[in-house]
Amino acid sequence: MIGALTTLLSCQLAGEVLARALHLPVPGPVIGMALLFTGLLLRGREAPPALHATADALLGNLGLLFVPAGVGVMLYLPVLARDWAPLSLGVLAGTLAAIAFTGRLAQRLLRGR
Amino acid sequence: MSELGEIWVYLAREPLAALTATLLAWLGALRLQRLCRRHPLANPVLFAVLILAAGLLLSGIDYRSYFEGAQFVHFLLGPATVALAVPLHRQWEAVRRSALLAAVSVVTGGLFAAAVGVGIALALGAAPEVVASLAPRSVTTPVAMGIAERIGGLPSLTAALVIASGITGAALGPLVLNLARVEDMRARGLAIGTASHGIGTARALSVSAAAGAFSGLAMGLNALASALLLPLLWHALAG
Repeated sequence: MIGALTTLLSCQLAGEVLARALHLPVPGPVIGMALLFTGLLLRGREAPPALHATADALLGNLGLLFVPAGVGVMLYLPVLARDWAPLSLGVLAGTLAAIAFTGRLAQRLLRGR
Repeated sequence: MSELGEIWVYLAREPLAALTATLLAWLGALRLQRLCRRHPLANPVLFAVLILAAGLLLSGIDYRSYFEGAQFVHFLLGPATVALAVPLHRQWEAVRRSALLAAVSVVTGGLFAAAVGVGIALALGAAPEVVASLAPRSVTTPVAMGIAERIGGLPSLTAALVIASGITGAALGPLVLNLARVEDMRARGLAIGTASHGIGTARALSVSAAAGAFSGLAMGLNALASALLLPLLWHALAG
């Protein structure tokens, strides 16, 4: 498990360094995800069981990891109170319209594949 | 009384209390979700955020001191994002056949998400910095904050809107997809990941491995595409 965690952190670290060195507009962890994915593809076989277990443990509780940042919404109560209509409609209608649109489009494009 | 005061000072200084409170709130939120029979609307992230925000407001503890402790949970977001490569790799045979068309759906859907949010905010007469903060809200938090900064939005307000969009998509997305008759698990994952980044992906992973893999892929692709395209389009259209 420590080995798997080290793999994840190494990929993230490499991603952070690359993002800064090359001034990439994408955050380190997303680049780290691409690096780990490329590594797994190059390896050519199943990922090690420990990596599977550690990834599943982290992703099985992915929601929890958003909670500390989510509580930060309370800092914006004044802005939310002032601009509540455009903000809530923009988030609610915008997100749901985007989900329906992307879902329909993807289903149409992927049909038969 | 002074003893109580000392205990309070200790709890406020050490990360232990905030960390424990976060985990307790999460366990409580999961229990609430089970009580609601895992209805999509019963989103545990929303429950936990409400419990903790109410607790902080009632006790008068400010968010910054709470986050000092909770940042240990927050830190794990980085390695968890990297770990999304594992389910993607596991599903790669299914993903590879449709990677290009999936990418087309994600990029189009991501721009559509930004356009609808901006359109609604403009129609309702929101302030320019509020409109700009809404544009990148479907992208994962750190990228969204960077985009907001480059197009004249408020990065920290964007972070709040990103979380709200994630919870909205995770809670209501499955119902909308049912209404729109999107049954293909790959398309459902792509839609949720495009509009609701990691919070949506968390939900998708708990429903189906295929939807989870496509959702993680959509989140990464949308982050990349939006980071490159949104500032360009914004300056072309507004400039």
